[in-house]
Amino acid sequence: MVVVRYRGKQYEVKAGMTARDAILKLGLDPEAVLVLRNGKLVDDSAILQDGDEVTIVAVVSGG
Amino acid sequence: MRDSRMKCRKCGRPAAINMRRHKLALCEECYPAWFRGQVERTIRQFQMLAPDDRVLVAVSGGKDSLSVWDVLLRLGYQAEGMYIDLGIPDGGYSTESKMRALRFAEGRGATCHVVSVRDTYGLSVPELAARRGRMTKACSLCGLVKRHIMNGFAWERRFSVLVTGHNLDDEAAVLMQNTLTWQTGYLARQFPVLPADEEGLTRKVKPLCLMYEREVAAYALVSGIDYIQDECPHAVGARTLFYKEILNQLEHRSPGAKAYFFAQFLRAKESGSIQFVEEGAASLHPCERCGQPTTAPGLCAFCRLWQADTETHEGEDET
Repeated sequence: MVVVRYRGKQYEVKAGMTARDAILKLGLDPEAVLVLRNGKLVDDSAILQDGDEVTIVAVVSGG
Repeated sequence: MRDSRMKCRKCGRPAAINMRRHKLALCEECYPAWFRGQVERTIRQFQMLAPDDRVLVAVSGGKDSLSVWDVLLRLGYQAEGMYIDLGIPDGGYSTESKMRALRFAEGRGATCHVVSVRDTYGLSVPELAARRGRMTKACSLCGLVKRHIMNGFAWERRFSVLVTGHNLDDEAAVLMQNTLTWQTGYLARQFPVLPADEEGLTRKVKPLCLMYEREVAAYALVSGIDYIQDECPHAVGARTLFYKEILNQLEHRSPGAKAYFFAQFLRAKESGSIQFVEEGAASLHPCERCGQPTTAPGLCAFCRLWQADTETHEGEDET
């Protein structure tokens, strides 16, 4: 399993998923987030591996 | 297993970002230079800055303002920052964002001015909003306060240009909101450059206005800019977020839709094929208290905010 952090919460997704799959699995809009894997920015096609530290970063701010 | 990852168009390394609107994927090494080149092109396209301009960047500690400041410094502009301490206590929001703005400046040997709303005027923005019973519209009140302080500070210190970090998503969301409600006065004024056509006004420019919010965040992340990622607690439920969500749904179905919407608006305005007349636009004159230009008789909208029993209207004094 891969631990994914988003807005201070932790989720688990299956290894072998793409970053895009993980974004959709969490119900997020791919246009509104970016993915860091082990601290490095990766595009949606990156395949997540066991042990990866994944953080989904929300990019939309408003007000 | 075959590596199916997308590759950087320039060097072939694994891509860090794929920009579907440009059909362009770039790696962490190639992306920052591309981004700065795009911003430089926008600055040229709209003749935003001259090499000898004294530039003041309005910084919030967020990705947009710190990124635009970073780009301007790297392009060689004399750019100082100005942070407005709004006094938002929730989760230490203002403290955290100020720390990031100051740390950014320190790391680059740049100057960051700080103006505290509470120290200067006696109340923080949340306290002011509560006193005026406008907690549900704290964003518009906050916007009014920030615009007033930014313009006044830039004018008094003789900065020739005030830079804000508005990105394309910000601009497209405002455009959509104002189009759906046919706010022709706001549509007339929306542009990447707002000239200083009155005594007391500083020229304002938005160098990130053609960059997607996602692209700006990617620039901040790959450039190691430590920005505040938490949303302002008062922005929850803000209308801007709703319009951005709708625009991103359009973008998802049709890559480039956001950019096309905003860019075509600008082209139509520049060519004169659409024209907006500001109905009943009154001429500007100095506010009786602060001296900043205002269309309102007597006091400007900002100064009326601090009077207990007077009305202010959303969007007033959108200078």
